[in-house]
Amino acid sequence: MFIKKLMMVLLIASMGQTAEKLKIGLVLDKGGKEDKSFNSAAYQGASLAEKDLGIELKYVEATDVNSIENLHRQFAKKKFDLVIGIGFAQQDAVKKVAAQNPNTKFVIVDGEVTAANVRSLMFEEHQGSFVVGYLAAMKSKTKKVGYIGGMDIPLIRRFAVGYEAGVKHFDKSFTVLENYIGITADSWNNPAKAKELALNQFQQGADIIFVAAGASNSGVFDAAEEKKKLAIGVDSNQNWMKPGFILTSMLKRVDQGVYATIKDLKDGKFTSGIVRYGLKDKGIDYAMDKHNEKLVSGEDIKKLEKIKIEIIEGKIKVPDFYLMKKK
Amino acid sequence: MKSFFGFLFGLACALMIIFFAGENPLHILEILVRSSFGSKYDFGLTLFYMTSLIFTGLSVSTAFKSGLFNIGAEGQLNFSAISMVVFATTYPGVTFPGSLLLILLVGILAGAIWGAIPGLLKAYRGSHEVIVTMMLNFVSAGISSYFISHQLQNPDSQNPESAVIADAFRTNSFDFLNKLLPESPVNVFFIVAILTAITMYFFFTKSALGFEMIAVGENPAAAERASISSKKFVVLSLVLSGVLASGAGMNEVIGYSGQYKIGFSPEFGFMGIAVALMSNNHPIGIVANAFIMSVFHKGASDLDIETETITKDFSKIIQAMVLFGVGLQYYLNKYGVNIGWLNKRKKFNQSGSV
Repeated sequence: MFIKKLMMVLLIASMGQTAEKLKIGLVLDKGGKEDKSFNSAAYQGASLAEKDLGIELKYVEATDVNSIENLHRQFAKKKFDLVIGIGFAQQDAVKKVAAQNPNTKFVIVDGEVTAANVRSLMFEEHQGSFVVGYLAAMKSKTKKVGYIGGMDIPLIRRFAVGYEAGVKHFDKSFTVLENYIGITADSWNNPAKAKELALNQFQQGADIIFVAAGASNSGVFDAAEEKKKLAIGVDSNQNWMKPGFILTSMLKRVDQGVYATIKDLKDGKFTSGIVRYGLKDKGIDYAMDKHNEKLVSGEDIKKLEKIKIEIIEGKIKVPDFYLMKKK
Repeated sequence: MKSFFGFLFGLACALMIIFFAGENPLHILEILVRSSFGSKYDFGLTLFYMTSLIFTGLSVSTAFKSGLFNIGAEGQLNFSAISMVVFATTYPGVTFPGSLLLILLVGILAGAIWGAIPGLLKAYRGSHEVIVTMMLNFVSAGISSYFISHQLQNPDSQNPESAVIADAFRTNSFDFLNKLLPESPVNVFFIVAILTAITMYFFFTKSALGFEMIAVGENPAAAERASISSKKFVVLSLVLSGVLASGAGMNEVIGYSGQYKIGFSPEFGFMGIAVALMSNNHPIGIVANAFIMSVFHKGASDLDIETETITKDFSKIIQAMVLFGVGLQYYLNKYGVNIGWLNKRKKFNQSGSV
């Protein structure tokens, strides 16, 4: 295994000698690069790499489930060096196309594919959700907090389960209200419905809502501003969207992962296998900046950092929906 | 054929817009064509889209014929797809060929039920079929989402999808069409779709039942006088509409993936409305238009890769412009606006379908 890896590294290194620009293809999920959240993060990472590393970037958005495989094929056919698939929906397509194009490198975010030319980037969302859940519980006055997910699917459940565990870790008597926006792909882009749900949760007594729903998030932020309550953003740092009403954002540094992978390829250090990002390497984190510094005091941060360390050291076991499901 | 000039006109208008965006229209056209026929895989994917669009196009047009607007083809194909997957996972032990027969029956039945609900409500309670079918779209999406998230979730995957059903329920072991275009999703249901379109053509032109259905659509009161029960045909036509839409679900579940993936349909049901309108509800025209629409749909994603300024959304513009062009032509034909020889042809077509 080690020799194989070494050979591949050498091979790529020798290929990197040529002065030609690396061609990177980015296949975004249906949310599109303007979702200010998950896909935005991926796009930012890739475009930063374009600026810094002098690569050639081409991005596309999938129109439907069947078109994803088509897009990966087109990139491979055009001899792109690296094709990045964003989102769990692309797992099967990457698996299939990577097997047929052994000379093209692939990256899949949020999905696991084992092949010699595929790197899988996985994020430990449940850990971050636990931390923001703990923060929400600390800040809640009503002992009731809310969670709004885009769609009732395993990934979004993973956020919910981690979040709830974080809240309960602070105090078992807390209640967590849980709602999902919809049942179709529209759910990721339906701020109106998100706002409705948020207002409803506020009315039921929740005073902080964690939302994981792509471009629908803005609806929850609107509701928080209207009712003078708090919301927690997700994936990208969304604190700036409604300063003063967004307690923090749970960061899922897809941008970091994408950037690092492109850099690895450029430096000839691309390896296949699964790369996990978690609290440990700040691939998962919570966002602190000038927009929310008044909401979260230094003392709170100290407590959160302690929780983080306990999770990293394994003293706190955060329930993982993916593993729960396998039982 | 009547709408061919409208189609060209719409396409020309759309290509003009490309010109303003700073790309060469011919280049875009070339990308669209290459994207659809460039390789065996590309062509297969185009035909796969086309299969579903023929089914939904026929579904919508059948309702149109009896004066009903079925915008629920999306829900009908969804409900049919989830029913088939539920059936196949509940009874995995059924053996071939009975298994295939049963799953087809389940799919057809599910489509029929999802068509019968708005049909019965319309006929006996006067509820408007547009509202009911639209709401049923969400109901069926909800049902499938419940089954996928809570009952059938594929244990090997984090995707919102069901596990793959047993091979006995699928056609891929003997699918000769798929062998011709390997790797692509096209399957034997393409042929089924074409045959269905031909059957529908004869159904409406040669059978008494089809004639009565059209009669109800053109004038329900007159049909009643001629002792045709309009209630019966409202229900029947929506049931038939639902059954036709279920074909799109079979194309995915039995023919291709063998599983229910949330979001597998890029709104085939709604694209079917455009297909039906463009072809004036003529079954053979539907086949042609389904092909055109699938070329645009397939080409859409490649526009992103190949050009700088034109994105996938542009194919929607082309689709819309073509639809306008065809609509314009229809208007001109119907109200006898004089444009040369087109009008002369109209005299021969006076008795043709609406």
